[in-house]
Amino acid sequence: MKNNRINFEWIRTSVVIIIALVFTLIIILLVSNEPANALREFLIGPVDSMRHIGNVIELMIPLIFTGLAVSMMFSAEQFNLAAEGAFFAGAIAAAAIALSLDLPIIIHPVIAILGGGIIGALITGIPAFLKVKWNASELVSSLMFNYLAFFMGIYVINYYYRDANAGAMVSEKLDISALLIRLIPRTRIHMGLIIALIFIAAAYYFMFRTKWGYALRVTGQNSKFAEYSGINTLRVFLYAQLIGGFIAGVGGATELLGMYTRFSWQALPGYGWDGIIVAILARNNPLFVPLAALFLAYLRIGADIMARMSDVQNEVVALIQGIIIVLVVAERFLAKYRHKWVYKEAKTSISEAEEE
Amino acid sequence: MAELLEMKSITKVYPNGIVANYKVDFSLEEGEIHAVVGENGAGKSTLMKILFGMHSPEEGDIFLRGEKIELASSNKAIEKGIGMVHQHFMLVPSLTVAENIVLGIEPKRSFLFDKEKAIKITEELAKKYNLKVDPRALVKDIPVGLKQKVEILKALLRGAKILILDEPTAVLTPQETGELFRELKVLKEKGHTIIFISHKLKEVKALCDRLTVMRNGRNVGVHQVSDVTEEDISRLMVGRDVILKVEKGTALPKETILQVKKIKQKNQFGQTVLNNVSFSLKAGEILGIAGVEGNGQRELVEVLTGLLNLTSGEIYVKGNLINNYSIKAIRDLNISHIPEDRMTYGVAEKMSIENNLIADKYDKEPYSKKGILNIKHIKKKTVEQVEEFRIKCNSPLQEVKMLSGGNIQKVVVAREFSSDPELLIADQPTRGIDVGATEFIRKRIIHLRDQGAGVLLVSADLNEVMELSDRLVVFFNGEIYAYFSDTSNLTEEELGLYMLGVKRQNNEIIRGAIYEEQ
Repeated sequence: MKNNRINFEWIRTSVVIIIALVFTLIIILLVSNEPANALREFLIGPVDSMRHIGNVIELMIPLIFTGLAVSMMFSAEQFNLAAEGAFFAGAIAAAAIALSLDLPIIIHPVIAILGGGIIGALITGIPAFLKVKWNASELVSSLMFNYLAFFMGIYVINYYYRDANAGAMVSEKLDISALLIRLIPRTRIHMGLIIALIFIAAAYYFMFRTKWGYALRVTGQNSKFAEYSGINTLRVFLYAQLIGGFIAGVGGATELLGMYTRFSWQALPGYGWDGIIVAILARNNPLFVPLAALFLAYLRIGADIMARMSDVQNEVVALIQGIIIVLVVAERFLAKYRHKWVYKEAKTSISEAEEE
Repeated sequence: MAELLEMKSITKVYPNGIVANYKVDFSLEEGEIHAVVGENGAGKSTLMKILFGMHSPEEGDIFLRGEKIELASSNKAIEKGIGMVHQHFMLVPSLTVAENIVLGIEPKRSFLFDKEKAIKITEELAKKYNLKVDPRALVKDIPVGLKQKVEILKALLRGAKILILDEPTAVLTPQETGELFRELKVLKEKGHTIIFISHKLKEVKALCDRLTVMRNGRNVGVHQVSDVTEEDISRLMVGRDVILKVEKGTALPKETILQVKKIKQKNQFGQTVLNNVSFSLKAGEILGIAGVEGNGQRELVEVLTGLLNLTSGEIYVKGNLINNYSIKAIRDLNISHIPEDRMTYGVAEKMSIENNLIADKYDKEPYSKKGILNIKHIKKKTVEQVEEFRIKCNSPLQEVKMLSGGNIQKVVVAREFSSDPELLIADQPTRGIDVGATEFIRKRIIHLRDQGAGVLLVSADLNEVMELSDRLVVFFNGEIYAYFSDTSNLTEEELGLYMLGVKRQNNEIIRGAIYEEQ
């Protein structure tokens, strides 16, 4: 029974993805003068060269971090949307540490990443605190905190770390001892991949093997029941969001130290929002986060390559995302088919039982 | 009598795979009161929901006066003259009685709602069926018994000739139940046909003409009520003999475990819901709290368990003043709590049985050590408890949502009993569950008492409080109206008088609920 239901979720998600891709196909056929080429670039492009594969993996890394961060907060039914701001602030903190501290290799990135995590936890933690203390909706305040994180970050870079000689508003070059090493030649796949995998394992272990993770899941499923059982739900709200922000901040720091030599973002990078898509696709389960992140990264890179190599714009991805999210969230989608299946199964088990 | 309605070979499988009805035949004669009895999860509610168009069956047909009908929605069922009064009332609390009754079919003057007309319609209808309601009262202000009348009137206004009542007496006092029965008989005389879903066999005997017994999703027999005894019916329901009386030895009270001293409680609207309540409870005895719901019992349980902060007074458990204790601190004094509303407080329905069973002890050794869950131990204990408490399930990893009501309650009881409580606060422990599970849970409560735990039993089920309690207090309007140190000679009728506040014992007797301190 249980296995069937998990299977069904898989099938449903696959069907949703196929429907989204078919839609994309139709759009491409409608708008493109060279649909075959566009489609080829979109679907095969991400794997047609080592560099492209590298691009997919590179993009997957930040998506894993924000996906985990959002999963953690959503599991506790806390709709904190500040993963975006936490990711950004994490990168700012890492830049500051990389530029102002003089530390040996290995230690330097570790401190920078931890610093990023702590600042990230602060960004999601303040809305969490406001919720716990005065019952302020974390959804609203966290949304606002993204802007706070952004402008404060830009301020810090602009006034303390800006490279006056550079043409654009970027920081000075990061201390090389702070950067993460590249793992695979001819790509920019960096140490962050390993860190991301460690975080997946740790997040899963935390959620399903520790008492805090258990309390977090119970609180998310039914907070009244959690309270009745003696769980301090306010504390759960708080630590779920602190941990979420920490993971997002680590993600931001890792992204900066792995992919860049200067801090150069002029806007919020959007990985925090993508984290929501990843978490929804992964059903908030850390083990499914890498799959969801890989899928989204593949789509993004495919669309980028398509935009470069053909006459179709990469906004197509937004369409696919939209369809996928609506259909995955729509619980009753395909429920009829599932019911037929359940019915058939129940009937056979009854007739078997009666034959006995 | 002519056959009015026939359901043929109805099969219904729920999305969670539970076969709620399997090839069920059901027929109704015009002008009868027909009881549908069965344990919880036997499929009676499902069958009735199909008849009311809320669920569509996978197989089977429905015939009304020999004509096949399709009931795709409740509106279709209402069109065909079928009405239903649900167990949980479907009323808008902030609207008046009249507004609720005409909801959806409002009388209009030009484009506006005609309030006076609605009141007139309600008054006429109420008079015709002799159901007394105040059309101008807000639904949230009227007692449960009246809400039920509003529901019945609502169905009648929509032209219901067949009226389905889903456990209508579950929330009523004996007096209100009597009134309902008289009203239903009036309806019958006026040519309506009534389906009466119930667990309460005594009521079925008193009211109904025929009965259909459901067991495990199947129809296991249709009888004339006059031909069968209560014992026959209960045997048919559970497929075995059930002793509705619980066997219980005399209590051996030990030290005082709970002392409640002059507690007062105000609700959010500033109304006094508990007024000067004092009693005490010893280990090894069961103190029952009887009363019509809404007379302060819920608030009492909530202040005792820490869900609510006490306004004034003192509560001592094992000598500790627990007024300001958190829920966790109270639980750590070895207090267990069976909550009244099991789906809200008792379980997380989308989590597994296993996850639900450890909610109160996941942070204690050996369930977890230094924060790490001991999965092996948890799995072992879960299997043991599922077996010990006879929780019917496919696996301990099954979602609680997929179990029947009685089995969900067993999950709650298994969790609360397995921490060896010294004090159990049981709030409506067997409400709305089947005879088998009820009997099982009552036995466990007595077993717990015999092991030396103190039990505070809050129940609106008179049979339950009278059967189980060693001592009994009656709540009315937030106060203790009566105290009985011995329940053996008590009658339901006498208890009913105190429950409705008609009679009140003198303070001397009520003070007997408190043990004098040595």
